[in-house]
Amino acid sequence: MEPVAIVGVGMTKFERDRVRDTFGDLVFEACTRALDDAGMTIDDIDIVLTGSNDFFDGRTISSMAIMDACGSYDKNVSTVEGDGTFGAAHAVMRVLAGWGTCLYCAHHKGSESVMPLITNAMFDPIYERFLGIDSVTSAALQARAYMDRYGVTEEQCAQVSVKNHGNAFKNPYAQLPLQLTIEDVLASPYVADPIKLLDCCPISDGASAVVIAGAQRAKALDAKPAWVKGIGYNCDAYHLGDRDLSKVDALQAASKTAYAQAGISDPAKEVDLAEVHDTFTYLELMAIEGLGLCRMGEAGEFTAFGNTAQDGRLPVNASGGCISSNPVLVAGLNSIIECALQIRGDAGEHQVDGVKTAVAQGVNGPCGQSQCVWVLGGDE
Amino acid sequence: MAAAEDKKMFLVIESGNVAQPFRWSAGTYGSKFLTEIRDNKKFWGIKCPKCGKVYVPIRSVCGPCYAEMTELVPVSDEGNLITFSVVSFGFVDPSTGKQKPVPYGYAVIKLDGADSYLIHYIDETDPEKLKAGMRVRAVFEEDGKRTGSMMDIKHFELI
Ligand SMILES: [Zn+2]
Repeated sequence: MEPVAIVGVGMTKFERDRVRDTFGDLVFEACTRALDDAGMTIDDIDIVLTGSNDFFDGRTISSMAIMDACGSYDKNVSTVEGDGTFGAAHAVMRVLAGWGTCLYCAHHKGSESVMPLITNAMFDPIYERFLGIDSVTSAALQARAYMDRYGVTEEQCAQVSVKNHGNAFKNPYAQLPLQLTIEDVLASPYVADPIKLLDCCPISDGASAVVIAGAQRAKALDAKPAWVKGIGYNCDAYHLGDRDLSKVDALQAASKTAYAQAGISDPAKEVDLAEVHDTFTYLELMAIEGLGLCRMGEAGEFTAFGNTAQDGRLPVNASGGCISSNPVLVAGLNSIIECALQIRGDAGEHQVDGVKTAVAQGVNGPCGQSQCVWVLGGDE
Repeated sequence: MAAAEDKKMFLVIESGNVAQPFRWSAGTYGSKFLTEIRDNKKFWGIKCPKCGKVYVPIRSVCGPCYAEMTELVPVSDEGNLITFSVVSFGFVDPSTGKQKPVPYGYAVIKLDGADSYLIHYIDETDPEKLKAGMRVRAVFEEDGKRTGSMMDIKHFELI
């Protein structure tokens, strides 16, 4: 892949019930921060890409309502309705197509709608939706299938909640820092067994933005670039019944592509930090395995030994992860931004020493149907 | 979390009880699948000519092979429990608009003769009594009450 870099990043603080701000306010805040970070003004931006979901926003062609806030007047603008990792991948493609420097923003206000109804609507209306199945209950089916397959325990899943909620104390943008013990997580009420309340992400409002530029532009700026070394994405079957939910085929395929582009042959040794989709605790364990950072079925033990802690051998979700702030669609972009900040050495209190190669993972669709993997590095 | 003052100071505009009604076609195969359940309490699958996999519910394309399927094959109303969850957090049922009473069970089921799985309710709500691999059977809505939807299956039960 030709060299492309993230040259500016910006995000809002993530909160529940952010009633003082509209979608547009959130987008404007994130975009102006990303432009400031890049040392740019909107005049330096050639093309704009946005990320939103009509169901969540409660309006048809939801992206149209933020066109002023993202600075797209008189510019080439389009929208990706999907997680930020996929949206940012399209931003990279547009830069590679030679259309100039791209501002990409994604926004979400989970507080304004009824989450179970909206996530229920992603299921097939004839065969599955009538069951009332939603993001939490479908995750419970997957959690059970994964835990049965590898003998993963609820205690092992609980470690993820303790670690990531603890990491969130050092991230000023995170919504839900919590000081927890494994016993606290295990004692929290079941939502849909084996998933308990403290295994689940919160509902969040917020927005994030990045500026993506080609090599020439990136090197001419004062901003510190984080280079895009590889991107892979793959899709699995839509109907949950067509998949073995305990497997991570799409993630493994996406990782393979991203690592090949980045020239990584042994991710367990070569990756310094990972930001993964942990909306439910078991998903972090599946992601660590699917990304090839440890062997299948061993992420529970890998985590128990402290490998994935902020000061561990391979920190995972040093930002606090999605379990601490889960703006849907924005979440994957947050993972990319965290990796970029870690590579630049700008992650503040949660900076990890010596991050040269970082991996971000994002997810679209029920039970991780689509998977996107990014590899970012400090060198062109 | 927004402060209580924020909630006083800033206005929110309610959508009210707006509904967005849709009419989804079940298609040729979907209609056949649902009609057979309604009229004969019988499940059908469809077989891929390339990989031989039998899909339930029936549809026209095998995704992995990208091949058209036309061969219908009968599938049992009994099968194996693949995985499950007992739900203890209530939700507003999208088909009735009412809060669904908890607990209730979800199951992923592999019907005998099929290779893909069906997702439905299971009438056991003690997770200790459920285990992958258990035998289950469909319980249908009474004669005269079936309407040609997946709700014509009331739930699955342990055999
Ligand atoms: Zn096939």
